[in-house]
Amino acid sequence: MAGCVGLSAALCQEGVSVVQVLLFSLFNGLLYGMLLFMLSSGLTLIFSMMGVLNFAHASFFMLGAYFAYEISRLIGFWPALFFAPLGAAVIGAVIERYGLRTVHKFGHVAELLFTFGLAFVIEELVQMIWGKTNKPYLIPSSMDFTLFTWQGLDYSAYRVFMLLTSVGIFVALYWLLTRTRVGLIIQAALSHPQMVGALGHNVPRIFMYTFGFGCGLAAIGGVLGGNVLGTEPAMAIQLGPIVFVVIVIGGLGSLGGALIASIFIGILTNAAVSYDVPFGPFFALFGVSSATDIGNDLVRMTSGSVSSVLPYLIMVLMLILRPRGLFGNRDV
Amino acid sequence: MSMKGLLNNYGVWMVAALIILLVPIPFGSGFALSIASQMTIAIVFALAYNMLLGQGGMLSFGHAIFFGLAGYFTIHYLNWMGQGVVSYFPVSLLPLLGGLVSMVLGVLIGLVSTRRAGTTFAMISLGFGEMVTALTLIIVSFFNGEEGIQGDRWVGPEPLGITFGSDVQVYYLAGAWCFAAAVAMYAITRTPFGRMCNAVRDNPERAQFVGYNTQRVRWLAFTLSAFFSGIAGTLHALVFEHVGFETVDIARSGFVLFMVYIGGTGTFLGPVLGAVLITWLTSILSNFTEAWYLYFGIIFVTIVMYAPGGLAGLIFMHEPIWLTDPRLLRRLLWPYALGLASVLVALVGIIGEMEMIYHLSNDITGEFVMNLYGFDISLRNTVPWVICAIIGAIGLALCRKSFPLVAQHWHQVMHEARERVLQ
Amino acid sequence: MSAVLELEHLRKNFGATEIIRGVDLTIQAGERHAIIGPNGAGKSTLYNLISGLHEVTSGKIRLRNHDITNRRPFEINRLGLSRSFQVTNIFPRMSVFENVRCGVLWSMGCKYSFWRRVNGNVEVQQRTEEILESIHLADKRHIPASLLPYADQRALEIGITIAGGADVVLLDEPTAGMSHTETARVVALIREISQHKTLVVVEHDMSVVFDLADRISVLVYGEIIASDTPDNIRGNRAVREAYLGTDFV
Repeated sequence: MAGCVGLSAALCQEGVSVVQVLLFSLFNGLLYGMLLFMLSSGLTLIFSMMGVLNFAHASFFMLGAYFAYEISRLIGFWPALFFAPLGAAVIGAVIERYGLRTVHKFGHVAELLFTFGLAFVIEELVQMIWGKTNKPYLIPSSMDFTLFTWQGLDYSAYRVFMLLTSVGIFVALYWLLTRTRVGLIIQAALSHPQMVGALGHNVPRIFMYTFGFGCGLAAIGGVLGGNVLGTEPAMAIQLGPIVFVVIVIGGLGSLGGALIASIFIGILTNAAVSYDVPFGPFFALFGVSSATDIGNDLVRMTSGSVSSVLPYLIMVLMLILRPRGLFGNRDV
Repeated sequence: MSMKGLLNNYGVWMVAALIILLVPIPFGSGFALSIASQMTIAIVFALAYNMLLGQGGMLSFGHAIFFGLAGYFTIHYLNWMGQGVVSYFPVSLLPLLGGLVSMVLGVLIGLVSTRRAGTTFAMISLGFGEMVTALTLIIVSFFNGEEGIQGDRWVGPEPLGITFGSDVQVYYLAGAWCFAAAVAMYAITRTPFGRMCNAVRDNPERAQFVGYNTQRVRWLAFTLSAFFSGIAGTLHALVFEHVGFETVDIARSGFVLFMVYIGGTGTFLGPVLGAVLITWLTSILSNFTEAWYLYFGIIFVTIVMYAPGGLAGLIFMHEPIWLTDPRLLRRLLWPYALGLASVLVALVGIIGEMEMIYHLSNDITGEFVMNLYGFDISLRNTVPWVICAIIGAIGLALCRKSFPLVAQHWHQVMHEARERVLQ
Repeated sequence: MSAVLELEHLRKNFGATEIIRGVDLTIQAGERHAIIGPNGAGKSTLYNLISGLHEVTSGKIRLRNHDITNRRPFEINRLGLSRSFQVTNIFPRMSVFENVRCGVLWSMGCKYSFWRRVNGNVEVQQRTEEILESIHLADKRHIPASLLPYADQRALEIGITIAGGADVVLLDEPTAGMSHTETARVVALIREISQHKTLVVVEHDMSVVFDLADRISVLVYGEIIASDTPDNIRGNRAVREAYLGTDFV
């Protein structure tokens, strides 16, 4: 949640009209949503094909940010945009090959346990290597300016670049999945994981590539978002559960669902924070007054303060009422 | 006698009771008693968690809410008693009340979360965990945000002079509840429900064809586990007289999962072993290293990969040999000692490197001096880096030699045990 | 004789594919009824519908005077219908004794009791012992089920199925993958345990079918094309053509 708060922090100034808030929270929500999509697209690929709910997925997002920080310090942002995801993808593939594959025979719960432990280990390793405090991973100076001003609000060049890049990645992913041979195999594996082996493909290798690829996608998100959201060891644990929420809502095996759910959650949480609608009048309808302590809590609640609960509430309701998500082809 | 039948023997329970009783004699200091109390709490929580994971096959990432919410309730209840808002309830029986509160929550949450097992259950549990954690910051009047709430357990009448003012008295309170809860939880595994819980874990499809509603079985297991988690949470609140959001958050849930899994989910003793060991290690090692959580995570991942039965599983692996002829175990001593020594050498090197890297990245003084294994070293000097690297390399080389040896002896002894049984 | 199990116009679709296409079948109390048919005829699906594993698309299933259409498996089991599985479906990590006892517990009124010792229930222990004797696995009671030889696992499968005392028993290919001697043993076992019970059995081995059954129904492509005594089935022309072909003995 720190993410969307960070993105919308600019709104905490006075004298901003409702339309401006709407536009800005839409823009930032879209941005945050596209960032979520980089993570959720890879995660949903992995989850649908392998049945592994990769708890460490956001850790690769974090690794992407840290790698990008180091590389951009040494040779610049553009090489970082290429090499950092590559590094994360290779690490992901190696972990799949030598870790996840070992526990695969113990079942999905063991796999879940493995990735849970992995997330923990990666966070601690990051603390060991880069320390516990923030790293100054900055927006590249070549894009650190206001691109245009619309409705009285500034839109920074880097944010526009983030948005364009992530849309570009979505288009590329869509093309890859629908227009190439590899994509067809992956699509088949998404809807009928057990059939791919029957067609004579090397399933373990496909798993390894998928896992690496998904981790790489998450890392691109880290490269793009790390300098806006802040590069610190807690960034993975803050974002990780939200990504689960997204893929549950979007539905198993559905990239389109992941996109729509990402943007939905992105805009929802941003709008909740930037509008900060007070719930006081609502509770007053039921006779709740601020006279009691608990009443005071309720009256003081705003959409911003409950925005951290909202995604999880939606996820739990979704799992209970419609376990296949909005666009899924089968139950979680 | 068989190790599995061990707990049926009243002698073992008497020894356990005796240990709980006698601990304050050698470990009477406030610090030692505090750790002992934490151990008893950890044991109760770990056993409760294993009712879900080990007995029922449900992996929860949010079980701490039943631990923490009972704790919050307890502190509030203590304060209410102090203010005279609620009628007096004996402090020594508060764990029962806290357990019941968590049980009610367990009934409600379990109703929706236990309809399915596996990944769905895990995700719902995560969702509830995150929601409650977030609520601690929103409902300030009950949770008081990041600060948490405090209470005083010294309240009301003082039967036999028991005030729970001293560390020893509160330790015995926790110890007594730990013993009672452990006995109860062990007894539950020996009931029709306990057996069907395992059946639903192993083969839910078949369980419904012998007349059992698998959802009902999981729901009941969830509820009972919530009850015992509530007891643990209440004890936590009574021992520390404080609860904060860290008692409900995902870190706490993950921590109990680590304890249970490292100890071993397959046996009743596993979680006890894990709880005692991890609590002890945390309290000891946290004085020496900040990277302790890293080692902890690595141990966990290693166990998940190579010893899914946990430490208890490794011990109980030897049961067939023990039952055949305990003398056969003697032949494993040397290979084990060799393997262990190699691992230790490797660890000294690797941990040394890791500690130095950790210090290098987290040193705010900018002096880059630290104490490693009793030596004061400067991290600008290459010598300690090289020495640790060499020790680590030697250790790894030794491991490569000794591990096959251990495996070979293990298979030989196992084979011989099997031959003797078949004769 | 009275009807124990009645299927009325039973249909089941998986997506657009119709697997069971209007099955009407009545099974009388105390009879041993075999269902035969080529692979893919829908025999296992039929079992899954009757036992509540799959939802019925349309039609009715009646067990005695209860409508059990789309009831859940455990409810159907409690009404006295029990089934076995084609692919061995036991509790692999439990001992043979525990496996059988799991089948006994509900019928002995243990329900979800978490306050009574299971070992202390004499009736449960006795009943479990009886079943163990009848499936001839008493001397292997402590062995984990997953370590049993295949034929013993199949016997255990039957043991769990009958342990609850259901009087309508559905067996799914009880002799699949067995040698001649093993098959003979299982057939004797089935004969023994099906006394005073209604037995429905899906079976590929024709010698077993004709040896065991009082009545035979032939299921082809989701439809019952004949339901009659073994002798009449043997002589039925439609059956020969549709299913048994020329190599029928």
